[in-house]
Amino acid sequence: MNADLFLTWVRSTGLSIATGIFVLGTLWRLFEIYSLGRKPDLAVPRHRTGASGLHTMFRRSVPPPGMFKRSATSYVAGYVFHIGLFVIVFLFAQHIKLIQDLTGLSWPNLPAQFIDATAVVTLATMLLVLVERINKPVKRFLSTFGDYAGWALTFLPVLTGFLATKHLLFSYTWMLALHILSVELLLVFLPFTKLIHVFTLWGSRWYNGDVNGRKGVAV
Amino acid sequence: MNEHETPGHGTLGERLAQQGISRRAFLKFCTAMASLMALPPGTATAIAEALVKSKRPSVIWLSFQECTGCTESLTRSDTPTLENMIFDMISLDYHHTLQAASGYGAEKSREDAMQNFFGKYLLVVDGSIPMHDGGVYSTIAGRTNLDLLQEAAKGAAAIIAVGTCAAFGGIPNAKPNPTGAVAVSDIIKDKPIINISGCPPIPVVITGVLAHYLTFGALPELDDLGRPKSFYGETIHDRCYRRPFYDQGKFAKTFDDEGARNGWCLFELGCKGPTTHNACATTKWNGGTSFPIESGHGCLGCSEPHFWDAGSFYSALSMPASPLELGTDAAVAGVAAGIAVSIANRVKKGAAKSAHEKTTIADLEK
Amino acid sequence: MNPTSNNFKNIPIYAQTEETYSVGNIRALLSEIATCLEKLVKTGETGMIDLNSLPLAPGEYEQLRQTLAQGEFSARIEAIGPSEIIETRYPGVWWVTHYNVEGDIVADMLEITSLPEIIKSQPEDIRTGLELLRAQLDDAQLNERAQQ
Repeated sequence: MNADLFLTWVRSTGLSIATGIFVLGTLWRLFEIYSLGRKPDLAVPRHRTGASGLHTMFRRSVPPPGMFKRSATSYVAGYVFHIGLFVIVFLFAQHIKLIQDLTGLSWPNLPAQFIDATAVVTLATMLLVLVERINKPVKRFLSTFGDYAGWALTFLPVLTGFLATKHLLFSYTWMLALHILSVELLLVFLPFTKLIHVFTLWGSRWYNGDVNGRKGVAV
Repeated sequence: MNEHETPGHGTLGERLAQQGISRRAFLKFCTAMASLMALPPGTATAIAEALVKSKRPSVIWLSFQECTGCTESLTRSDTPTLENMIFDMISLDYHHTLQAASGYGAEKSREDAMQNFFGKYLLVVDGSIPMHDGGVYSTIAGRTNLDLLQEAAKGAAAIIAVGTCAAFGGIPNAKPNPTGAVAVSDIIKDKPIINISGCPPIPVVITGVLAHYLTFGALPELDDLGRPKSFYGETIHDRCYRRPFYDQGKFAKTFDDEGARNGWCLFELGCKGPTTHNACATTKWNGGTSFPIESGHGCLGCSEPHFWDAGSFYSALSMPASPLELGTDAAVAGVAAGIAVSIANRVKKGAAKSAHEKTTIADLEK
Repeated sequence: MNPTSNNFKNIPIYAQTEETYSVGNIRALLSEIATCLEKLVKTGETGMIDLNSLPLAPGEYEQLRQTLAQGEFSARIEAIGPSEIIETRYPGVWWVTHYNVEGDIVADMLEITSLPEIIKSQPEDIRTGLELLRAQLDDAQLNERAQQ
């Protein structure tokens, strides 16, 4: 398989297939989750509904009292790599160009050296998160194949993208093709793994807050 | 009929004298070639001495489904230049654009050369070879290109595929490829083939490869696509003078904005430099005048296979090569799947509910 | 992002004097030349250094020109484009630059020798010249006879 042909394939057919499965999968899963519905709550809610849900969506972003000390690494590393991913995906000129092609929107980019540094920090932090998961007995006990798969699906695009721009490992053509392929794998599997938290995060936070509010502990 | 009796096949030294090219000028040419091919500089004299004694090898140039740009690239000058001195080093026994003869006479001289130098002549091919409908889409003197190629390849010592069409199929091979155009290497499998790709190739690259073959009697080191590593070993991006701008994230957004005027990187305007192997950034064009990026236009990727089908020349490498499809179909399918699964879930839930048995004291006492 | 603030005119220029700016290539090159000169003195072995293949930092090429400078001898050849040959301030170290008809450098080298090969008249060219001269003399003789 020739490098140029492979690159053209992942930029056209591969991308179409991956986004197709991504759209299909996400709609299916969201429909499936939200159509489950809940049994009607016949009791009178203790507090006005809604506000607690909304509040919870934001409150959950801050660790509960005492939790930070117990697992500081999880919180700090978690925040760092999520912000890193956001910066790399949305503030790198080449990615903004892709988004512009798909949606017409664009915005200024950050200098490439800044993105490079962010990529290194993100990769290091994600490795740290993985090491923690393996070393801490409880985390290791709770981890399933899906957890490791989710980690790999997120780690590979950052790694291959970094290697491509730095011209490391394989030729640029291969590295770019592998990078785009790894993103396509992420798209394909996202709806069917825990990575769907991208879409369901806000809904589940709202729901938990709302239920608590109804039952008497408004947050 | 042996070589000595065939006109034009004397030594190179004799030919140079005929052309009025001094030995000193030829030594200069060999020095330039040695430098270009990254050979040790002291070898120029040895190369000159070896070459002047060599018999000018017979070269048959077959032009197939092509635009003649590759020949034009090599013969642009009407005064002798260092690039086209290569024509003095070889005996070009057949080239239907350049030769004076035509018709049966020309075909006869080709056949004679192929017969007299069987196993020793160099076959140069430019243009792709159409295969559909028996190959009728390109014929010369009533014979298909496929037929001519297979016949000429039998007695060739090596085949030089000049230009992306001969090397990879080129523009005729682009979708939908109505003539069934293929590359030389798709047809000939049993002879050494060197691909000098590019649309057209840089002229001095053609010269350099021929000079290398004539000096050493062997093809230079080739990459995995059969291109000489000394010219195609690096990408345009690796040697581009605008690289510092790429590394800093400074891109021109349109062809005439401030960034473009300041010479910023052309990645966003579709430059394929990062994925294209060629010597344009160092050897440049028109005797080292400039190359596309220096003139403000992104690289097209013309020395890579299938570059015509790799998306718009103005789509950056990070953009899709063709518009995305399957969107609405996928959405509809997703919702449908979602509905189907929810119904199945509800049915399951309902069945579980109705199958539910109340636990009694008797069960607990069992 | 304001592009106009980034154009070439607004980049501050800090002039480096020849003595201070160097990444070390010149010194290494001069060492190599010295080694070649020693060989030339001891055994008569000539040497060549291809400048096209050397990575020189901006300004180092001009620095090299200034360091080696020009000695007593300079020559110009016109053979399918000009070529410039000078003996540098160090006898035995020659700088040969070949240009094509458009004036681009096609080869650029330092030769460590008593005389670069390209300056010498080549034996075949001498023979060709002799034939030409003889032909001219024959013509002249014929003309003289015709006029008598």
